[in-house]
Amino acid sequence: MSEDHSHLGDMEVRVRALQSLLEQQGLVDAAALDELVALYEHEVGPQNGAKVVARAWVDEAYAARLFDDATPAIAELGFSGRQGEHMVALANTPEVHNMVVCTLCSCYPWSVLGLPPTWYKTPAYRAKAVADPRGVLEDFGIALPEATRIRVWDSTAEVRYLVVPMRPAGTAGWSEEALAAIVTRDSMIGTGLPVAA
Amino acid sequence: MNGPADIGGAHGFGPVTPERDEPIFHAEWERRAFALTLAMGATGLWTIDRSRAVRESLPRPLYYTSTYYEIWLTALERLVADAGVAEGEAVPRQVLTADTVRPAMARGGPVDRPGPAPAFAAGDRVRVKPMRPASHTRAPQYVRGREGTVVRVHGVHVFPDTNAAGAGEAPAPLYNVAFAAETLWGPDTTAADVHVDLFEPYLEPA
Repeated sequence: MSEDHSHLGDMEVRVRALQSLLEQQGLVDAAALDELVALYEHEVGPQNGAKVVARAWVDEAYAARLFDDATPAIAELGFSGRQGEHMVALANTPEVHNMVVCTLCSCYPWSVLGLPPTWYKTPAYRAKAVADPRGVLEDFGIALPEATRIRVWDSTAEVRYLVVPMRPAGTAGWSEEALAAIVTRDSMIGTGLPVAA
Repeated sequence: MNGPADIGGAHGFGPVTPERDEPIFHAEWERRAFALTLAMGATGLWTIDRSRAVRESLPRPLYYTSTYYEIWLTALERLVADAGVAEGEAVPRQVLTADTVRPAMARGGPVDRPGPAPAFAAGDRVRVKPMRPASHTRAPQYVRGREGTVVRVHGVHVFPDTNAAGAGEAPAPLYNVAFAAETLWGPDTTAADVHVDLFEPYLEPA
């Protein structure tokens, strides 16, 4: 994981060489590349998933649709597409806490969470989550009650999982917008909790 | 394959270290590597399964010493070389433009297909077949030979093992299978159960 300047320089050189070859051959368009970066750097992100969770917290009928068939329920809020084609929503309860991982690569629900953080893609997380999820939670500074069972979901195929954390106490009467603001990215992966209300 | 990417349950990678306020990309070249990979995916010159297979079959020392986007870039270079791009042999199905990026990404690439009726139903006990395929698979080593319970039938999806090899989509039923964590790891595990999506060709009745 070297990050010295000469190394980054090598990567820059390689990526430029590849881009100019692909442009020369008419396979990529520079303006399309800029749009792809803009879309996933600034528009598609965990704020999408937070809206889904907040809606599920305030609207029982929506929650029922979400847990029954998540893909159309999420599309109702306008979120669909790449790496979110086949969605399943998982409800955290006092009895069961869900955590999502992709041990084989980096499968992640882009349409609701955006691109995955680096830790999600590292061998450290992928190796540890399926066997020692409590150890992972400790790495994140979180201790769950011993009685809570931890269920780990390994996204090995094209189905993508969204964890719906428990609504924190003390949020009765909050607006959907205020609720969405406390839904963290990590709480929708299962390595975090909504920020304290 | 039993390659460098298949590491569920492995030791030796250290603790998970989240980065506070992490940016989406850490360098300009990462933006380019990401966008080139998506743009080339849209050309249809190879499938997502083949691109995963190429990343996951890099030599172990290279895989473990590369950052995530280095792995993507290295794989993309190989895919481009294999497709004969430099020789002008690659004919794209489509080339994304600024106008088509958003609709194409919002559409995505669903992999559900018509196909055979599922042999298993929720509640069935199944065993993952012992196997050591030299080619691409999505059956992680840590569940092979282990017994679990089908908890959900996801429908029929493109089978990555054949699709990665260019041998067709061969749609197969896909299941979510729950394994009691103790049967995978022994009594020291802190998981209660582990749910894994597994294709029917990986499974046999238990």
